[in-house]
Amino acid sequence: MRKDIGMETLDYDVAIVGTGLAGLRTAIEVLRRDKGKLGLRVAVISKIYLMRSHSVSAEGGTSAVLYPEEGDSFELMAWDTIKGSDFLADQDAVWRFVHIATQEIRLIERWGVPWNRREDGRIEQRWFGGLSFPRATYAQDKTGFFEMRALYDTLLKYDNWDRFDENFVTSIVIENNEFKGFTAIDLKTGNFRYFRAKAGVIATGGAGQLYRITSMAASSTGDGYGLAYNAGLPLKDMEFVQFHPTGLVPRGILITEAARGEGAYLVNKDGERFMQKYAPSKMELAPRDIVSRAIMKEIMEGRGVYDEKSGLYHVWLDMRHLGKDRIEQRLPFIREIGLKYLGIDIVDQPLPIRPTVHYNMGGIHVDIDGKVLSSSGMPVKGLWAAGEAACVSIHGSNRLGSNGTNECLVYGYIVGNDVYNYIEKERPSLPSPSQNLLLAEEDRIFGKLLGKESGGEDVYQIKDELKDTMEKYVHVYRTGSEIEKAVTKIRELKERYKNIRLSDRSRIFNYNLEHALELGFMLDLAEVIAQGALLRTESRGAHARLDYPNRDDANWLKHTIALKGPDGPSFSYIPVKITMWKPVARVY
Amino acid sequence: MKVRIRRFDGQKEWWQDYEVDAKPSDTVLDVLNRIREKQDHTLAFRQSCQMGSCGSCGMVINGLPALACQTRIGELKTESIRLEPLYNYKVIKDLVVDLNDFVNKHRSVKPWMIRKNPEELEEAPTEFKVTPEQNLTFVQFDYCIMCGICLAACPTVAIDPLFLGPQALGQAYRYIADPRDEGFEERIDILDDSHGVWRCHFAGACSYVCPKGVDPAKAIQYLKKDILKYRLLHKKRASTKPAELVQKAPPPNAPKPPPFDFKVEGGV
Repeated sequence: MRKDIGMETLDYDVAIVGTGLAGLRTAIEVLRRDKGKLGLRVAVISKIYLMRSHSVSAEGGTSAVLYPEEGDSFELMAWDTIKGSDFLADQDAVWRFVHIATQEIRLIERWGVPWNRREDGRIEQRWFGGLSFPRATYAQDKTGFFEMRALYDTLLKYDNWDRFDENFVTSIVIENNEFKGFTAIDLKTGNFRYFRAKAGVIATGGAGQLYRITSMAASSTGDGYGLAYNAGLPLKDMEFVQFHPTGLVPRGILITEAARGEGAYLVNKDGERFMQKYAPSKMELAPRDIVSRAIMKEIMEGRGVYDEKSGLYHVWLDMRHLGKDRIEQRLPFIREIGLKYLGIDIVDQPLPIRPTVHYNMGGIHVDIDGKVLSSSGMPVKGLWAAGEAACVSIHGSNRLGSNGTNECLVYGYIVGNDVYNYIEKERPSLPSPSQNLLLAEEDRIFGKLLGKESGGEDVYQIKDELKDTMEKYVHVYRTGSEIEKAVTKIRELKERYKNIRLSDRSRIFNYNLEHALELGFMLDLAEVIAQGALLRTESRGAHARLDYPNRDDANWLKHTIALKGPDGPSFSYIPVKITMWKPVARVY
Repeated sequence: MKVRIRRFDGQKEWWQDYEVDAKPSDTVLDVLNRIREKQDHTLAFRQSCQMGSCGSCGMVINGLPALACQTRIGELKTESIRLEPLYNYKVIKDLVVDLNDFVNKHRSVKPWMIRKNPEELEEAPTEFKVTPEQNLTFVQFDYCIMCGICLAACPTVAIDPLFLGPQALGQAYRYIADPRDEGFEERIDILDDSHGVWRCHFAGACSYVCPKGVDPAKAIQYLKKDILKYRLLHKKRASTKPAELVQKAPPPNAPKPPPFDFKVEGGV
């Protein structure tokens, strides 16, 4: 064991990992509840810089019931969410979520979000897929970005927190079902750190980087899932990976659903608005799982357009009929993206699009308060998760567009309060984990990985093969035999991963080391997703099996729970909480 | 295509050349990833969203500060590319610069919503009313992605390390211009300073390079106008700065000079 590195211990009341909407909102809630009463100190930890988190890329809107007098209601929003989830959402959690969303929209309005407005100065809302009422509240087509700005700016006004930009968390320290902190690498120096904290929050977002074509940031490598899984905590419903229907060809950059909310058409190579075959009443505004399936079906049946440059098939997203004024007021960023990446002006030409990996419905198994649950179903003392990293489940097997950012805000609020209540009531003291645990983690990274002299496998080569495997075999449409190929390949890659050797041996900003650790998480996750998908012999929401095309409530109306075992994941299932509506056929 | 990168490992500095396949539609960030993944794992650069929203990948491309993810090879129209870390920052490694000072300057102008009654920010039974026209007074300045590119272009930042800089000043104006904010008096002494708005001599370079169209130079001129107006009305002058500096400040309606002329030396 190497002793020359030395470990720095940093003590905090609350340590938050991840600085997107959920992480920032949690930090603010703890600090504004406290107002110096307990003098709580908060550590805000991110592997990138604050304000670089992927929430900034959320575009189209954030749903909430703002004006019930105009016909919207909590019941309607809950019903839309639950029907959208293909009935895999926990209905008690959805009911709570829709109520808190309203307050959050108005609170962040006061913190600065420049919501688009009606002429009378009130907040404007618009249509989104799967909604029964236009309740997607928006700030142009940069909604997530402006929300992040407002939260970041608001956080800056508080004093009792420290920022740890570019600190990569490597493990959650848990002993006897009690949270004891996080270990991390300070990327700027390469030093090993131990964040000792009374309460921990994981808000690290999703894992789009498992796939070749994704709208998600390079930083969305599913670290939080990996951290929890490695700590022996269960992951829930990971096989449900959301494909956003409209990713720009070839990169998969997000073209917001709001484009269709504003009236854009989806058109195949014959010029046909094909959604009339799949969702005649909602057309282009059906939920994402249904539109993504429809696009892939059009492509599979030969009605896609071939793009020679990328070798990809796609369909068209046509916004020409919206007119320049509407586009400039409501979709300026989409216009900018078209111009900058393809030289296409959406005012005059349609955009080539195809489904792109966008969101993970599954995540760390948490209860309705965001408390992380252990394999026994009991909360881990002192540990929470929020946002995309967590799975409550609000979204079941398919999240509605405009229900992602609000979940981050609502659960930031809920978790921030729950953390505060815990510390206020229980007055926990700083934990004292066994030193061996920390030393072993230090040795795993700096000794066994960074210091390793043997092996010839390359991090990026394995990552490339992993992305291709997921893209090819665990996509919108899946079949048993194809998923099996993915599982076999992932196991091969996991074996090869044991033989990786880093060529960068330095300490300062060693991205090679960071990427190797991320890849470790990604390989585990890919295995959980693929095996979970193989076991679920039905089609529900984002999980569409060609060999099992129907939803099967008798056998599969249940959440998947995956736990790390010695030879890969083991699976069990828990019931869905159905408190309001029994599942019915899902027609749009 | 030849890519020449200015490298630094914490001690020594050097130029390194790479030969990469690149299509005109590739971005500079694609090329960097190709180098790091296929040729040289030790190359350090930041990235995240890959779509011009997060501000991670600011660097100097052929002499001009820009986002690597939004610069396509085809539009550079050069045979080779030269990449450097952002100017006016301390370099940590290769294309990664130290942003601490930048972040602290931003925070120092109190870039958050201020109300005379702070309780109004804690509970929100209804929203503040803002008309679409009022939105337009500040929303452009809210586009700032904190990439730091404007400071790399600013000739004043280059000679005055204490200058608040275009990003922080622009963000102060973002709130001051917001009809919901009441914090002008709380911020004025921070801005009305010889290292504040008056240090800006309106080169306009910040606005020229801003990848999001924020136009910090315009924001700073508006701030000068607002400060002068306030001082005249209240017959108060900040005591901390020489009076002649105020008089030398350009009038708010001064014509905009041509953009700062960045010389791109012929190839690398």
